Amino acid sequence: MGEINRLSTTLCGIELENPVIPASGTFGFGYEFAEYYDINKLGTFSFKGTTKEPRFGNPTPRIAECTSGMINAVGLQNPGVDAVIGNELPKLRKVFHKPVMANVSGFSVEEYAYTCQRINDCPEVGWIEVNVSCPNVHGGGMSFGTDPNAAAEVTRAVKAVTTKPVIIKLSPNVTDIVSIAKKCEEAGADGISLINTLLGMRINLKTGKPVIANKMGGFSGSAIFPVAVRMVYQVSSAVNIPVVGMGGVSTAEDVIEMMMAGATAVEVGAANLINPCACLDIINDLPRVMDEYGISSLSDIIGKSHE
Amino acid sequence: MRQEIFEITENFALTKDVYKMVLEGNTEGIRAGQFVNIMLSGLYLRRPISVCDVSDGLLTILYKVVGKGTKQMAETPVGETLDILTGLGNGYDISDSGERPLLIGGGVGVPPMYKLCKDLIAEGKDVSVILGFNTESEIFYQKEFESLGAKVYVTTVDGTYGIKGFVTEAMKDIDYTYVYTCGPEPMLRAVYNACKTGAQFSFEERMGCGFGACMGCSCKTLYGNKRICKDGPVLTKEEIIWEK
Repeated sequence: MGEINRLSTTLCGIELENPVIPASGTFGFGYEFAEYYDINKLGTFSFKGTTKEPRFGNPTPRIAECTSGMINAVGLQNPGVDAVIGNELPKLRKVFHKPVMANVSGFSVEEYAYTCQRINDCPEVGWIEVNVSCPNVHGGGMSFGTDPNAAAEVTRAVKAVTTKPVIIKLSPNVTDIVSIAKKCEEAGADGISLINTLLGMRINLKTGKPVIANKMGGFSGSAIFPVAVRMVYQVSSAVNIPVVGMGGVSTAEDVIEMMMAGATAVEVGAANLINPCACLDIINDLPRVMDEYGISSLSDIIGKSHE
Repeated sequence: MRQEIFEITENFALTKDVYKMVLEGNTEGIRAGQFVNIMLSGLYLRRPISVCDVSDGLLTILYKVVGKGTKQMAETPVGETLDILTGLGNGYDISDSGERPLLIGGGVGVPPMYKLCKDLIAEGKDVSVILGFNTESEIFYQKEFESLGAKVYVTTVDGTYGIKGFVTEAMKDIDYTYVYTCGPEPMLRAVYNACKTGAQFSFEERMGCGFGACMGCSCKTLYGNKRICKDGPVLTKEEIIWEK
């Protein structure tokens, strides 16, 4: 090449060819998208949220449409960590050759630690993203993400069992996200990712009943972008570890705005479900948008809005 | 799976609320029993619609206007283009049909039977088709199925046309080797209970992506968890678990 890569960014010591990362739960284990494009073009991707035991998740309907967005209440359906390590990662290795981001959920501190310890042994995994913020599971998930001390406890437990960088994924459904992020940083987190979905609900006018069987679910899509930018700005101002920004990102302009807000890398979620090539399109469009705004290198603009 | 741009060449009402749309574009790889997922301007999620017919470069879909998306489709003029994901879902397996397959479509479950009927007749099979509707004014595609050379039975719940009752009423007198069906879930259950042979059932569910990524449309089967959009929409009789 000879030329320096204008799109590269470094996340917790691992270099990404570009900052674009499909978000967990919108990209499965990658194969569905490998039918549409070469997923090695991505910075990396965060695979489907994995728990200790297999989970079917919530009853259907699990999906509701909204203006400029959607609600999902999948409920962490996944085959469990044994099957992820035994079946999914070997298959993934054939189509994806970069370090992948493992996304982990749990229902107790011990479960988080167990799953992360298992994943620590997987050479395919570059980072562990710990989801303490799923709005769709009762009695777990988000309760860790809404209490600073509980989030810190999960962080410490996970850090104790892995040598890989640990990124804690936070919920926006809290009164003070900054205090939670700071507690995670103190507990040893290597990075913070945010935002998970906003708790939302739709009602069917014909039946008068909630559209989703679980009644409520996580609202995502371009409608939530401004909320995400605000929270990325707030958290990245308060911590000294990298922040992965996400929430409603669907264009190259959104990626640049998120990085200016303080994101070191950017996850793209719901957009993948509407346009399977969304991330590829964003990556291909980034140089044009950078030229338009006189940006020579993306790493120069991280947190630019704080200056 | 492909992402393609199609141009609308026909779009008109067959009944009060069922429309036929013909689209021109790359139809490579589209099979009977699959669906396409259509992007509509101003609406966030795509709309999954079953494949009625496909021939070289032409895709036919029949859809019922039930909400915002399908209403917008009905109002979209000929000549407009649509961004469509094609080749979605497993489709029907015709190798199981035997010599006398029976196809049962109920309401908007009728369209996917058309391409399937065409394929089975091309294989030299003796095809019977039951088309189930609520009432005479809702009937569509009877002549089209007859033109393919199938034996067609029409049922109406209120008895205003054809055999009075549900599709299972017409099943009683037909000698068949296998059943393929698509329709509302109560009808699928009734067919399941009445069916004396192997069968394939096409299911419907609210979807997020339509291509297997979001797990929005999962169901439990005797062969494990499946995604209606990717591992379905067609499930075999042996694997179905009826919830509740």
